[in-house]
Amino acid sequence: MTDLTELTVAAIRTGVASGDFTAREVAEGFNANVAGAQNALNAFIVTTPDKALAAADAVDADRAAGKVLGKLAGVPIGMKDLFATHGVQTTAASHILEGFKPQYESTVSQKLWDAGAGMLGKLNLDQFAMGSSNETSYFGNVISPWRRNDGGNAALAPGGSSGGSSAAIAARLCPAATGTDTGGSIRQPAAFTGISGIKPTYGRCSRWGIVAFASSLDQAGPMARDVRDCAIMLEAMAGFDPKDATSLDLPVPAWEAGLSADLAGKTVGIPREYRMDGIDADVARSWEDGIAWLKDAGAQVVDISLPHTKYALPCYYIIAPAEASSNLARYDGVRYGLRDLPDGAGLQDMYAATRAAGFGAEVKRRILIGTYVLSAGFYDAYYTQAQKVRTLISHDFKNAFTECDVILAPTAPTAAFALGEKSGDPLEMYLNDVFSVPASLAGLPAMSVPAGLNREGLPLGLQIIGRPFDEQGVLNAGLAIEQRAGFVAKPDIWWK
Amino acid sequence: MTNYRIQGATGEWEVVIGLEVHAQVTSNAKLFSGAATAFGAEPNSQVSLVDAAMPGMLPVPNRECIRQAVRTGMAIDAQINKWSRFDRKNYFYADLPQGYQISQLYHPLVGEGRLDIILDDKDPENTKTIGIERIHVEQDAGKLMHDQHPTMSYVDLNRSGVALMEIVSRPDMRSPAEAGAYLRKLRAILRYVGSCDGNMEEGSMRADVNVSVRKPGEPFGTRTETKNVNSVRFVMAVVEGEARRQVDLIEDGGKVVQETRLYDPDRNETRSMRSKEDAHDYRYFPDPDLLPLVLEDDFLADCRASLPELPDAKRHRYETALGLSAYNAGVLTAEVETARWFEALLEESAARQGKPEGEVAKQAANWLMSELFGALNRLGKSLETSPVSPAQAAELLALVGDGTISGTIAKQVFEKMLETGDGAGAIVEREGLKQTSDTGAIDAAIAKILADNADKVEQYRGGKEALFGFFVGQTMKAMAGKANPQLVNELLKKALG
Repeated sequence: MTDLTELTVAAIRTGVASGDFTAREVAEGFNANVAGAQNALNAFIVTTPDKALAAADAVDADRAAGKVLGKLAGVPIGMKDLFATHGVQTTAASHILEGFKPQYESTVSQKLWDAGAGMLGKLNLDQFAMGSSNETSYFGNVISPWRRNDGGNAALAPGGSSGGSSAAIAARLCPAATGTDTGGSIRQPAAFTGISGIKPTYGRCSRWGIVAFASSLDQAGPMARDVRDCAIMLEAMAGFDPKDATSLDLPVPAWEAGLSADLAGKTVGIPREYRMDGIDADVARSWEDGIAWLKDAGAQVVDISLPHTKYALPCYYIIAPAEASSNLARYDGVRYGLRDLPDGAGLQDMYAATRAAGFGAEVKRRILIGTYVLSAGFYDAYYTQAQKVRTLISHDFKNAFTECDVILAPTAPTAAFALGEKSGDPLEMYLNDVFSVPASLAGLPAMSVPAGLNREGLPLGLQIIGRPFDEQGVLNAGLAIEQRAGFVAKPDIWWK
Repeated sequence: MTNYRIQGATGEWEVVIGLEVHAQVTSNAKLFSGAATAFGAEPNSQVSLVDAAMPGMLPVPNRECIRQAVRTGMAIDAQINKWSRFDRKNYFYADLPQGYQISQLYHPLVGEGRLDIILDDKDPENTKTIGIERIHVEQDAGKLMHDQHPTMSYVDLNRSGVALMEIVSRPDMRSPAEAGAYLRKLRAILRYVGSCDGNMEEGSMRADVNVSVRKPGEPFGTRTETKNVNSVRFVMAVVEGEARRQVDLIEDGGKVVQETRLYDPDRNETRSMRSKEDAHDYRYFPDPDLLPLVLEDDFLADCRASLPELPDAKRHRYETALGLSAYNAGVLTAEVETARWFEALLEESAARQGKPEGEVAKQAANWLMSELFGALNRLGKSLETSPVSPAQAAELLALVGDGTISGTIAKQVFEKMLETGDGAGAIVEREGLKQTSDTGAIDAAIAKILADNADKVEQYRGGKEALFGFFVGQTMKAMAGKANPQLVNELLKKALG
């Protein structure tokens, strides 16, 4: 019998619907994989096998009763622990929210359950989604299932912040998972682990019930093994939500049905500013591969310019911390989560003790940066200036999209690095976001698809950036690459 | 218009006043959540997930709150900004769950406006215009309760997230009386518009009072801001006390420091809360959870169309169309409840008496201002709790109007109405108070009075015409007040020749 955990979302959906296997069998298979890898990979903060089984049983019962099944009927998924889940601990990988069980369900997770998906558990991440390697989690870092082909056993970063999601999918612990992307947190981990992930247009997915990092940038999206699965997941996750004032009031397109790898008549832009000095040779090569594949799919390829690219990173590292410093003020020990109340302490002491104990170093660093750039005397020089730069970056893309339909670029400047390799130097870590941040600042749909392996045997991702609302164009270009890259590599299961 | 001066050792000083009024928007739900807003509910019974700032919760603007603020802006003749934006004001306090207040610093909803104040009710044409710099909308905070536990403070979040309008005046007021008049006028407008109930006792309306002093003609002095003053009387007391304090301080060689002060009504004094040096850095920035607020023309047109006739326009109409005195028109329009009551009475009266409103207006105004106000005052009641309705009052006035009873009898009937709650007609019928126009009975009474007072008749005929009133009084008394006064006059004149 097939190993059900090797199946894609589309295959599971079809198999369950046609009765080839039951949803329960699928859930049991993934539950077993989750349990078997938990010690080695630390991909989950909590596992919820009973929830996966209960959802599966409900689907099996619906099928037996002849009811219409949802788009994700019988598909167990992982939920990034940034999404509030009713009655299930929701921590954002922080100590300050350890033990917090929401009395509400995030809009996106509810939509997934409504579509018939079940929850395998809450996936580990960088604390409050701040990080590119998963090393900032209070619950220990996630270990990538991938290893270099040098015979060494260096533990590699699964990317971040959605590193639990990327590791779990690559290791076949779940067929798909939710991610969130503020400056690359879906795309970079997808690239690091040889899977696909799409950040839709800002506003496509409701932010209601997602622990906020930087509100003007945060966007949920799916991570899965291939482009079709991303399309299926995104259709279930997206949609207008009156509870989110920044939610897009647009119908959800039938992205899966609209998939086409025929790019005849399409133009692909190659941003010259992304060809940076000292670019990794393997990354440069895979980019060339991507150009060739898209041409092969019928697209025209043109050079474009995004002149303000070099300002994107500093701009992002002002705006995101500024918003975060304010968004995280609510974790104060007064109403929920951690409270550290030293003997004889007053309110200010309680704030200081609670937040000192509850936040990790990277979170504190960003709160400090954010507080600084918003403070009197510095606001105009930093925040106002960064907002202007953000506008210029949006204009760059707008201009570029008069010449092309999608943009092709690397997802990250390197393949996965080893844990500890960059964690000592925040700036070097931040540089890992250099290709992903501009699309976030402009609110554009962008996805990463696997493009091959580097000389160390590690996956590399290619990024496609599209016009606002044109997830279809992004998915289609991704599909064209996927079909030509023939990426079938997967990590050895060394943890069993 | 006023020349309020503080006498100091070095001469006369002028006080300069600006008010920031926080007015709670009348709406069933909070500014960014669906939670209820009723006053006096059990602690923490009106708190949504958004108000408690649970992780991942998002604000969504409440259209009704925006509408009310726009209508208020229109009522003070202000510029309405079709593009405005919400900002976060960041600070930590236990009554502020988000760690920031959503407010509007950079781009308020309502811009420059104004209102006219009247200082002397007797001279309502003499007005002064007070500039209003802006109105912005913002969230209220919760409330700390320090008396529930020996060592801990409790937090009640019922008010957390309730919509406030902050109405910021220009520093255009120059006396406690002007500050009081401004606050009363603003309150009246808010209540006319229905955007705030103006209830200062319940905290629906409170003022931050900015005061500075200067020698007349000199530039503005350094101001202090006294926070959360919650009655007109206290605002006036703060202005008076703070101006005096500043003058004494300066004349003693000190300097006024820009600071926030608190008013203690029990001791009638202000004390320093914090100075500019330890002022918070609020780190204002645009709230990234909210898009800019863009108002459509249709929305603005609806807001404008829904505005009632405002006090100044109403006062003018009462004078010109209804022929009321300036003073009466001023009193009747000062509060929306009075105007509403008066207009209901006017409508009922006109209908009952079959006359245009202009012909019954004076009668209605006089009766309301003397008889009804007098009675309510005596009973400790207000118009809202008046035992007599406009319809019942109109019935009484109609009986006077058609000569069924005299004005004197009407007073008696009104007393009975207050006592029994019965209608005027029923009381007149039951008590036999109908005015008589029976000339035979009146003539008989006159004949007896003239006979009994032959000396006075003599004097009257000898030229002491003032005695006429005496005969009228005697006749009315003999008729138990029920004689038609006009008829009495006629018949007396005839009898006295």
